[in-house]
Amino acid sequence: MTDHSEQNHRRPDVAAMVIAAGLAVIGGVMLWDSARLADLGGYSGIGPASAPRVIGGGIILLAIWTAFEAFRGDFPERPKQDLGPVFWIIAGLALQMMLLNYAGFSIATGIMFALTARAFGKRNLALTVPVGIAISFVVWFIFTQYLMLHLPAGPLEHLFVKGA
Amino acid sequence: MGAFDLLMNGLVTAADPMLLLYALIGVTLGTAVGVLPGIGPALTVALLLPVTFRMDPAGSLIMFAGIYYGGMYGGSTTSILLNTPGESASIITALEGNKMARKGRGGPALATAAIGSFIAGLIATLLLAFFAPFIVKKALAFGSPEYFALMMLAFVTVSAAFGDSTLRGLTSLFLGLALGCIGIDQLTGQTRLAFGQAELLDGIEVTTLAVAMFALGEALAVAGTRNKAEEKVEAVKGSVWMTRQDWARSWKPWLRGTLIGFPIGAMPAGGAEIGTFLSYSAEKKLSKHPEEFGHGAIEGVAGPEAANNASAAGTLVPLLTLGLPTSATAAIMLAGFMQFGLQPGPLLFATNPGLVWSLIASLLIANFMLLVLNLPLIGLWVRLLTIPKPWLYAGILLFATLGTIGANPSTFELGMLLGFGILGYVMRLFGYPIAPIVVGLILGPLAEIHLRRALSISQGDWTVLFHSYLSIGLLTAAALALIVPVILRARGKGQVLSQLAGDED
Repeated sequence: MTDHSEQNHRRPDVAAMVIAAGLAVIGGVMLWDSARLADLGGYSGIGPASAPRVIGGGIILLAIWTAFEAFRGDFPERPKQDLGPVFWIIAGLALQMMLLNYAGFSIATGIMFALTARAFGKRNLALTVPVGIAISFVVWFIFTQYLMLHLPAGPLEHLFVKGA
Repeated sequence: MGAFDLLMNGLVTAADPMLLLYALIGVTLGTAVGVLPGIGPALTVALLLPVTFRMDPAGSLIMFAGIYYGGMYGGSTTSILLNTPGESASIITALEGNKMARKGRGGPALATAAIGSFIAGLIATLLLAFFAPFIVKKALAFGSPEYFALMMLAFVTVSAAFGDSTLRGLTSLFLGLALGCIGIDQLTGQTRLAFGQAELLDGIEVTTLAVAMFALGEALAVAGTRNKAEEKVEAVKGSVWMTRQDWARSWKPWLRGTLIGFPIGAMPAGGAEIGTFLSYSAEKKLSKHPEEFGHGAIEGVAGPEAANNASAAGTLVPLLTLGLPTSATAAIMLAGFMQFGLQPGPLLFATNPGLVWSLIASLLIANFMLLVLNLPLIGLWVRLLTIPKPWLYAGILLFATLGTIGANPSTFELGMLLGFGILGYVMRLFGYPIAPIVVGLILGPLAEIHLRRALSISQGDWTVLFHSYLSIGLLTAAALALIVPVILRARGKGQVLSQLAGDED
C-alpha cells in the first residue's frame, strides 16, 4: 500500500475527474436554461440571461481547468475516510426528512439524533433513540410554546399539548 | 452631530434592559460556540436567523454582533487548553497558548488572551464609531458602478487571493454565484433555473446553504476522518492572574495586534485569521525573548488574540457602512439585516441612525460583559470541552435542522439542506474553501443588479464602469488580487498564501 500511494499522487486523479465532469454538467445546464429566457436587455443591453451565461461559461472553464489539474494529479492528498459514520449521519438526516410531516418533529429528529450519535461511537440505539426523542420534544416544546416557531407536530406532540 | 454624540445617544438606547439581555444572550452563546470545536460564529448566527424572525430587529442584531465578538473570545480558550482551535481565527493562539498551558501557565495565557481581546475590542469598536461616519459620507456618493467594482474586489479576495488554490477558490465562488441565479429575476420577473419547482422561485435560502455547509459538512467531515488524534484538555493549574512581568510583556503586543487586526478586518480581504498571522510574526521579530517562541511565549498569545478581536470589529466597518461582508460571519449577519427588511449601507445611517448607533454602542457593553464572562467564569467554559463528541454533534445537527424546519417545514427544504451538506463534505474533502460559496450566493445577485442598473443608466455603455477613479482603483485591485497569487503559486511561493487561507469565520 505504501509505495502505491506514492504513485497515486502523480497519477490522474479519478475523483477529481468526476468533479470536473460534474462542473461541466452544471455549466451546461446553466447555458441551456438561459437559452430559453427572453432577453429583455432594454437599455442596458444585458438581460436576465446574461449573468447565468457568464457564470455558466465560467464554470465550464473551471471544469476544464479542474480536469487539467486532475490529469496531472495536482489535487492535494485527501485524508482517509471512514464511510460508515458518514452514511449513518446521512441516513439519519434522510429519515428525519421523510418522517417529519408524519411522525412529528420530536420522533423524526430524535431518530436523526440517535443515528448521528451512533456515527460518533454511541452505538446503543435502545438508549440514544429515547434520549434523542426526549431532548427533541423539550426543544419542540420551548420553541413552539415560547418562541413562536412553527414545528410540525405528530402523535407524541398531540399527546402532551392539546391543539398542537 | 459628531460621532461622539451619536455614540452617546446609542449608549443610552443600548442601556435598555431588553437590549442588554439580548447582548448578554449573544455574548454567552458566542463564547460557548467559540469554545466548542466544530462550530463557529458563522454557523451560530445562521442557526439563529430563523429563530429570531419574529423578534425585535435591534435586539436580534445586537445578539448577532455579540455572538461574533463572543466567538472570538471563546476560541482562544479551546486553543489554549485543547490545542484544537475553536474557530479558524485562533489557530495561531494554539501555537504558543497550548505550550504555555502544558507548562502549567494556562491561567496567564487565558488572562492575556481575554484582557487583550477586551482592549482590542474596546479600541477597535471606538475606531469603528469614529471612522463609520466618514466612510458613510463618501459612500453616499457611490453609484452602481462603484458598488459593482467593490463587489468584484470582494469576490476575488474572498475566493482567489488567499488559500492554497486559485482554482478551488474560484470554483467555490462560481458555485455560489450559480446558486444565486436560481429563482425569479428581480428586474424582469422571469424564472431562472427553477425547473418548474415552486419552492425554488424565491431562490436558495442563505441560511439553508450556510447551515448545511458549516454544520452538516463539518459533522460529516469529522465523522469520516479516520485516526482521530487523542485530544487532551489541559487543566488550568495555578493562578489565572498575570505576574508583573506578564503584564509588561503583554501590553505592547495587545496594542500592536489591535492596530494590525482592525484595518485587515475592514479590508475586503476575508477572515480574521490573516491579522493573527501578521501579528504573530511581528511579535516574533520584535520580542526580546525570541527563543521562547514555539515554547510558550506570552507575546504570541497576546498579539494574535488582540488582532482577531480587532478584526472582528473591523469587519463591521464595511458591513455597516457599505453593506459589504468581508467574512462568512459578516455575510450571514448581512442576511440577518435583510431578514428584517434592512439594507446595511450608507442609507441605513441616514434612515435608521438609532438602530446603527445602538448596535455599535452595545458592542462596547458586550465587550465588558465578555471580560467578566471569560475571566472569573473560565472554569464553566472549560467544562463545555468535556461534552462527549456523540452528544455534541447530535445536538449540533438537532439545532441545525431545527432552524431550517422552523423557517420552512417542507421535505424539499430539508432535502436541499441534506444535499448542500453532502456538497459541503465533498468540498472539505477535496480542499475547496467554504466561505466563497456563501459570499457568492449573497453578493452575486446584488452585483448583478448593480451592473444592470449601471448599464441601464449608461444605455449599454460599458465604459461607465471606469468613469470614476474609485471604481478604476477597485477594479485594478481586484485584477491584481486575482493575478498576483497565480504567479506567486506558479513560482512556488504559495505556502505563505495557503497559510493565510481565509476560512469560515
